[in-house]
Amino acid sequence: MVSPFLKLFGRSPFKLLHEHMSTVFECVKTLAPFFTAVLAENWEEAATLQEKITELENKADDLKRDLRLNLPKDLFLPVARTDLLELTSYQDYLANTAKDIAGLTLGRRMTFPPQIHGNIHHLLQSSIASAKQAYRTIRELNELLEAGFSGHEKEVIEKMLDTLHQIEHENDKIQITVYQTLYKLESTLPPVDVIFIYKIIEWLGQLADYAEKVGDRLQICISR
Amino acid sequence: MLEYGLLIIIIALAIGFVMTWGVGANDLANIMSTAMGSKSLTVPQAMMIAVIFEIAGALLNGAHVTHTIKNGIINTGLLAYSPYTLVFGMLSVLLASGTWMLFASYIAMPVSITNAIVGSIVGFGLIVLGPHAVHWHIVITIAISWICAPTISCIVSYFLFIIIKRTIFNQLSPAKSAHRAIPIYFFIVGMVLTDMTILKGLEHFHVYLSSPAKFFTMIICSLIFAIVGNLLTKKIPFDPTSKRFRQHIYVEKLFSVLMAFTACAMVFAHGSNDVAIAMGPIAAIMSIVRHNGDIANSFPHWILLFGCIGVITGLFMYGRKVIITVGTNITDLTPSRAFAATLASATTVIVSTSTGIPVSATQTLVGGVLGVGLARGIGALNVTTLRNIFMSWVITVPVAAILSVVFYYLLTYLFGA
Repeated sequence: MVSPFLKLFGRSPFKLLHEHMSTVFECVKTLAPFFTAVLAENWEEAATLQEKITELENKADDLKRDLRLNLPKDLFLPVARTDLLELTSYQDYLANTAKDIAGLTLGRRMTFPPQIHGNIHHLLQSSIASAKQAYRTIRELNELLEAGFSGHEKEVIEKMLDTLHQIEHENDKIQITVYQTLYKLESTLPPVDVIFIYKIIEWLGQLADYAEKVGDRLQICISR
Repeated sequence: MLEYGLLIIIIALAIGFVMTWGVGANDLANIMSTAMGSKSLTVPQAMMIAVIFEIAGALLNGAHVTHTIKNGIINTGLLAYSPYTLVFGMLSVLLASGTWMLFASYIAMPVSITNAIVGSIVGFGLIVLGPHAVHWHIVITIAISWICAPTISCIVSYFLFIIIKRTIFNQLSPAKSAHRAIPIYFFIVGMVLTDMTILKGLEHFHVYLSSPAKFFTMIICSLIFAIVGNLLTKKIPFDPTSKRFRQHIYVEKLFSVLMAFTACAMVFAHGSNDVAIAMGPIAAIMSIVRHNGDIANSFPHWILLFGCIGVITGLFMYGRKVIITVGTNITDLTPSRAFAATLASATTVIVSTSTGIPVSATQTLVGGVLGVGLARGIGALNVTTLRNIFMSWVITVPVAAILSVVFYYLLTYLFGA
């Protein structure tokens, strides 16, 4: 006979959530060496890194499925179940966007005009920083569970989320600068290329938006 | 001595042994689960505590509950002239609860011995003897306590955990705050342990202290306990400059020492409740047989010890494995959570058994765990399992009642009283 006590304790979703976010961040982070290779037009290296990104995205998908399957409706959790599910979705969008960026860039063997290389790099760094901050906050969630979702830990997370908002705000500004630089150059470039460069810039900015949304969901989770 | 008295006693003891074996093999593991899951005890330590405090609980505090089961639920005075009715009745109670518990274990349904025995006694009294033979006020008190005990334990553990949160985890430096607060918690556990071991033990040997004397003994013993606890926790290495999450781990280590002592209280509560309940019908049979139908007489206390032997045999033969399974699988319960849940339920059960009301130790402990969950302390609780554990008595009581009536008529048909 299985002890009724054993069945009483469901599998806690927080460790899985952390693991998922850790994989997602790993995936987003790989965009940095990927773009270094792309800007140097080292396509072999870029292809290897693109594969790595896809692999990490697949792993994140598996973890996401695992997490969702482990959240049946009859589970009593310290946070709302729907908030947790939405949080997972936004974490997942981060990895998806990273995969799309890598896929499109490699697929079209995109070259960027040298004038915006610095800008692209800057924007990418800022987006990765926002994903990193979101990841750190999720990591802190386990500590918050330890402390029973209140007190000092909650303040720590609130402060981390403030920083995340600032990073996202910076990211928006950088994105506008890149757009402006590209606008001045666009008449000298092949039109189709320009359309896709705009697309990539948009997606790079979206990374930071999703990171911010992860933070927003987390805030809703803990402020019950 | 009644005719066939010895045979009847041997049969009753045999069934009783099987039941207590089951309690030791399964139920005791539930009770130990909070301590095992929080890794507060090693398996040999858990076994030792289980043996010592189960016996202490049954011998020092079990008699009240045994009395209630023996002659508190049905009016046995009506049967003074037909002793066999009562003997067969109590035998069928044992058979009914034993069969149902075996079956329930087989289909993996959480079931409590308390619910089974009380249900079958009421069934026997109601159908065989008639409604007037049942002491309804006691039955109602017991039924209410089955709802109240888990509820009270839930509320107490909720507030206990909130207090632990406020005084330790939410502070700027959890480790420093823990150093200040832990001795107080040790003091509280000390009060419970002193009350149940020393004070109850003295009463058992007919030494009755006056209220102030009791009070002072309790305070002094609890103080000693707090000091000993403090010395034990001082041994745990700690680096005051460590980061917050290291501090949390350290605080949990402090709580695991505290939890080890709280587990003693829980096992004591279990012994004074579950063993005493299983031995209730046997005590009744013994009294009738030895005093020619007079049940009101006292029963030999060695049968409680006999019950303990059954429990320990079950524990060593099978329970050890269950305890290990439970210990390695419940990882979500940290020592601080386990402490809040266990202390709340142990005190609830001890208070209740001291007044002679049989409750379900497992259900009360589940109430305690739920309390911590409500205070946002546990990662995930299965609501379905929770409901099943609480609702099991709704099924157990009528089934056990019907079974005991069936067994009664079967026995009288076979042996024709």
